[in-house]
Amino acid sequence: MTVVPTGYASYHNCRIMAYLDVRDVTLTFKGIAALMGVSFTVEQGTIASLIGPNGAGKTSMLNCISGRYTPDGGVSGPCTISLDGENLLSLPAHKRTELGLSRTFQNIALFKGLSVLDNLMVGRHSRMEYGLLASIVYWGRAARQEDRHRRRVEDVIDFLNLSPYRHQHAGRLPYGVQKRVELGRALAAEPKLILLDEPMAGMNLEETEDMARYILDIAEEWGATVLLVEHDMGVVMDISDKVIVLDFGSKLAEGTPDEVQADKNVIAAYLGTEQATFSGR
Amino acid sequence: MQGKCGLFFTSYRGEAQIFQSGFQKLMVGLFMLALLAAPLALNIHETSVMNLVFIAVIGAVALNLLTGVCGQISLGHGAFIGVGAYAAGQCTLNGVPFPLAILTAGLITAMVGMVFGVPSLRLKGIYLAIATLAAQLVLEFVFLHGGALTGGSSGLLLDPPVILGFVFDTEARMYYLLLFFAAAALLMVANIMRSRYGRAFVSIRDYYLSAEIVGVNLFWFKLVAFGVSSFLAGVSGGLWAHYTGYISAEQFNIGLSISYLAMIIIGGMGSVLGSVFGAVFVVLMPEALNAVANSLSAVFPGIAQSLVALREGVFGLVLILFLIFEPEGLVNRWRLVKAYWKLYPFAH
Ligand SMILES: Nc1ncnc2c1ncn2[C@@H]1O[C@H](COP(=O)(O)OP(=O)(O)OP(=O)(O)O)[C@@H](O)[C@H]1O
Ligand SMILES: [Mg+2]
Repeated sequence: MTVVPTGYASYHNCRIMAYLDVRDVTLTFKGIAALMGVSFTVEQGTIASLIGPNGAGKTSMLNCISGRYTPDGGVSGPCTISLDGENLLSLPAHKRTELGLSRTFQNIALFKGLSVLDNLMVGRHSRMEYGLLASIVYWGRAARQEDRHRRRVEDVIDFLNLSPYRHQHAGRLPYGVQKRVELGRALAAEPKLILLDEPMAGMNLEETEDMARYILDIAEEWGATVLLVEHDMGVVMDISDKVIVLDFGSKLAEGTPDEVQADKNVIAAYLGTEQATFSGR
Repeated sequence: MQGKCGLFFTSYRGEAQIFQSGFQKLMVGLFMLALLAAPLALNIHETSVMNLVFIAVIGAVALNLLTGVCGQISLGHGAFIGVGAYAAGQCTLNGVPFPLAILTAGLITAMVGMVFGVPSLRLKGIYLAIATLAAQLVLEFVFLHGGALTGGSSGLLLDPPVILGFVFDTEARMYYLLLFFAAAALLMVANIMRSRYGRAFVSIRDYYLSAEIVGVNLFWFKLVAFGVSSFLAGVSGGLWAHYTGYISAEQFNIGLSISYLAMIIIGGMGSVLGSVFGAVFVVLMPEALNAVANSLSAVFPGIAQSLVALREGVFGLVLILFLIFEPEGLVNRWRLVKAYWKLYPFAH
């Protein structure tokens, strides 16, 4: 178990900045704290998982990183969230995408009126640069860029085995496929950091295994760093390099899967259910 | 989105075309030829109806881009068309050449539309409808009390359009001018819709939280949607003003806004082709009613007057019937018919 410094001074002076560096994030809703001084780090190219019981604050943490929510500040000073040395908190959500941040949602949040292909093409929105006039004329610059980006999107389609659905409306696909399309949309943006909020929720065993495989490949072959929120402990302990445990908005533990499973606080929090929880499927 | 059986592409660009199969291109080409030849076969009244259709097509596709594609409802479209009419009118009255006047009218209307689009950052649905209704009322007030700028309640009188010395002073000549502008507006919106702008608009409509996450700047793209839509509304208004030769404030009341909303609902929200269907339907409906009234008046004398009086009511009824029975608009019916013939005779 890594020693977690709690004091502000030790925190801000004793560490060089990690790849994803979350320091002292506090978030309250009308006085009720969803996150209390949560800090953790994720190293480049690794898979980190954020776990905890329902309402622990996992989605809230992803929302703070992606820009949906703005943290109130820190418990013992200003809070920071930085990616590869860049301060994310000073940027609006859409600018964070340009920096290399991308995510999926706990509930499917696809563009139902667009085809699978167009959903993935929107995913590349922040990578395209042609302007309004070019798009009105749709000649030269716009057509060339569309063509080039289409090639990148086809790579994602191949990777996620989405080609049978390419031209279908996203809203009419089976649940498991929609989850995959959402992953594809996030991946199409060529993210440096990808946030996945319960990508396996509601999936059967086979789909879960496929999804785990995709996540491993995203880290290994696509070179993205993954921050995963997931309730399936078997998968989490299997594929994560690091696990961060939240409970009632506070961090309980941070470490390798083995360290976390042996942690007294974690066992206490999951008491009575830890056998079932950690045994996997 | 499915093409005809056996249609395949060897390049991504081929797949991104507006008209994909050779057959489709042929049909569109023949249709364009028919449109070009039509004034030879139509009488003056029929040509004038076609001219009104072209003007309505531009206004409808403009509103459809904003409301159908980007999901931002507007009850101020009629007033935006009015802004274009007055702006173009003032330009030509002050000696600006007609094409430049139309362009200026579009740009001025785009700016006005963007200003009134600012509340869309905060407001959605019914609240945005109210905010744009306020825009409508404010602009109506300006039209009536704008002094020399709008001619107040007596309006403005305009000369027919002149381009490089050529005067568009007959219905047939206007026909070709308006056909050109309508085709250009449709092409413009169709191109936007297959580009990153169109996809960004749809993403805002379908799931704005995700739109933000893929990097769409919500505020900016909503403003662009208001801007482009108002630009075309302004062009449509400028053309209309120079076609009728007269501008008065009552033309651009809330009723006009509602009939444009009716066009896109009847034709099909978010579809370029649907905008055309809707414009044709709404412009032709009173004509059809008149025709019915005239043919019945031999049997029931006096029915013409009462049917004309019922026009508004019939219009409302048709709109409600569409909302109930064909909520996806005429374009959906068109797709179903096409799909049926594609498989004919093997469809069940
Ligand atoms: N927009 C909001 N307004 C008010 N309270 C909120 C909001 N979002 C989250 N909360 C509260 O913050 C706490 C943490 O919620 P969060 O969604 O982050 O939990 P979670 O760990 O993702 O849970 P789950 O596993 O159920 O998804 C909860 O008590 C929740 O009610
Ligand atoms: Mg959650």
